[in-house]
Amino acid sequence: MQTLLQQIVNGLVVGSVYAVVALGYTMVYGILGLINFAHGEVLMVGALVALSAITFFQSVLPDLHPIAYFVMGLLVAMPVCMAVGYTIERTAYRRLRNAPRLAPLITAIGVSFLLQTLAMIIWGRNYHSFPQLIQTAPIEIVAGVFMTPVQMTTVGVSAAMMIGLVILVTRTNMGRAMRATAENHRVASLMGVDTNRIIALTFIIGSALAAVAGVMIASNYGVAHYSMGFLPGLKAFTAAVLGGIGNLAGAMVGGIVLGLVEAIGAGYIETWTGGWLNSSYQDIFAFLILGIVLIFRPTGLLGERVADRA
Amino acid sequence: MNNISQAIPFLGSRNPKAALITLVVLVLTAPLFAGLFGNTWVRILDFALLYILLAIGLNLVVGFAGLLDLGYIAFYAVGAYTWAFLASPHFGLHLPFYVVLPVGAAFAALAGIALGFPTLRLRGDYLAIVTLGFGEIIRIFMNNLTHPVNITNGPQGIDQIDGMTIPLVGLELNRGLQVTDDFKISSLFLYYYVFLAFVVLAVILVKRLQVSRIGRAWAAIRDDELAAKAIGINTRNLKLLAFAMGATFGGVAGGLFGAFQGFVSPESFTLMESIAILTMIVFGGMGNLAGVIVGALALSFLPEVLRHIALPIQQALFGKVYLDPEVLRMLLLSLAMILMMLMKPAGLIPAQSRYSRADLLGDKEARHDQAA
Repeated sequence: MQTLLQQIVNGLVVGSVYAVVALGYTMVYGILGLINFAHGEVLMVGALVALSAITFFQSVLPDLHPIAYFVMGLLVAMPVCMAVGYTIERTAYRRLRNAPRLAPLITAIGVSFLLQTLAMIIWGRNYHSFPQLIQTAPIEIVAGVFMTPVQMTTVGVSAAMMIGLVILVTRTNMGRAMRATAENHRVASLMGVDTNRIIALTFIIGSALAAVAGVMIASNYGVAHYSMGFLPGLKAFTAAVLGGIGNLAGAMVGGIVLGLVEAIGAGYIETWTGGWLNSSYQDIFAFLILGIVLIFRPTGLLGERVADRA
Repeated sequence: MNNISQAIPFLGSRNPKAALITLVVLVLTAPLFAGLFGNTWVRILDFALLYILLAIGLNLVVGFAGLLDLGYIAFYAVGAYTWAFLASPHFGLHLPFYVVLPVGAAFAALAGIALGFPTLRLRGDYLAIVTLGFGEIIRIFMNNLTHPVNITNGPQGIDQIDGMTIPLVGLELNRGLQVTDDFKISSLFLYYYVFLAFVVLAVILVKRLQVSRIGRAWAAIRDDELAAKAIGINTRNLKLLAFAMGATFGGVAGGLFGAFQGFVSPESFTLMESIAILTMIVFGGMGNLAGVIVGALALSFLPEVLRHIALPIQQALFGKVYLDPEVLRMLLLSLAMILMMLMKPAGLIPAQSRYSRADLLGDKEARHDQAA
């Protein structure tokens, strides 16, 4: 029972990060119908930029509170990622907006690998240790279930980002323009919405979310490196599909559910399979879920969109 | 013939026959020229042939049937590991190649059907992501299937794999061919001609296949699945067939790779390799056999050429190597992919035959023609 509760807590932490990243996928998909393959790489850029910024500030301004460095790292990583997101949209995706079928997807894959390569050139191939600025000593919340302050921060920040995004999308003029663009580009632009601007903004917002998620992941695991974006990106995409792609609430639900399934699965797979498989198989859960959802319920848990579009 | 004449632009259009003869002579003597620069280049040439085989196989799935497969390297892995299981000290089996290679191809085909069956309803981007996941699952298993029974030997991989032995003459390719006492043909050259034979076989097969009933049905499914179904094409079986046939090519190439390399480990079968093969066909011209071959050749040679040019230049200029060969390769492949899609989406040699549409990837003019 304790193990189960502990795994549920761990799952919630991971799931909340997936949810934040999944929002980026789902917003872009909702508006453009494009899987932004490079989204995971934006997350990686966020983590590495934050790492460099934190190291820089630690040497220039010593004696600050660790949390201050953390916030500074975030404040540098977010604008950089926003710029990266905008650049990707502007240079690679915008020209292909009306191109059929495979072209935008193949370009997106290319962009993803280009970002990885550039990160490899700038930060090298090695794993960098990410400074543990927030306490990592576990605290007992209820009998035998532990949570570290980093994990609590992760959940808190993720929740704040999600609430902020929902308010932005449902309560502001910009959000209305985004929803209109997602509904129908042409009609939206006839109604005076500058759709190009809205699409660029969507990429910028999604990238900012990814930057935060990247810093969270790096702080939780204490490492950052050039290929760290691939798996979280893929899992967050799975989360978006699981919840119903194009649907904001779905992305959040999907993220949490995927996090839970993964944590519980990783905790029990050894018992279930009689020792044949162990927790190093954790990553296959996301892929299995992705396959199962796409085959049996392509609209996802909450989605209305048909996932069959090419 | 038409394709060959495009591959050699100057001669081809005026004198296709001369172009064909030039091509044959070039291909047969290529390892000799490469050998002048050292055995490394012969080795690179051998790998280029394997990549051509892989690219031809992936082109069947992506270019002909229009099913974007990002996990193609998994079939290569299945072929390579099958060879490693059946012909190495790992399980103590040493079967001959004419048993191992078909078994590997069959396993790969089964894996192709296993992937194809659940994904029949998926198209475009979703299919791409699911196939990517499939490739990763296979890699996770390669890395971890070590207990309670050690099957794959984990990340260390399997070594001391048997080379290929030509039956009847008893020629062991790994040993080379001792012609006279002081003249020996190295195994690299022997493998070149073996691989070449497989490539030629593959080219003939695929050329016939493309204009056959099956190839035309694939083209129909690629261009409009619903319409294809409506005119009575069994889309389910044909899509499965595309996956299985593509996978078979991957499995054969994998087996050859295992024999040639003598060592397999999960590291050779990463997503990057799947993407590299995809880039080759995108770069050369999706759906066009000549384009695919040119793309595979270009993108397996360019990184090596860069390695031999860029490294000394960096040494001379900065006294230090900033971009190592692996980084250069990734940079080249990702840029090739993006720039090709943005500027020339149909590839270097666009598909022209009446069974392959040039506007598959959105050539502006082609789409205008269609609209008109």
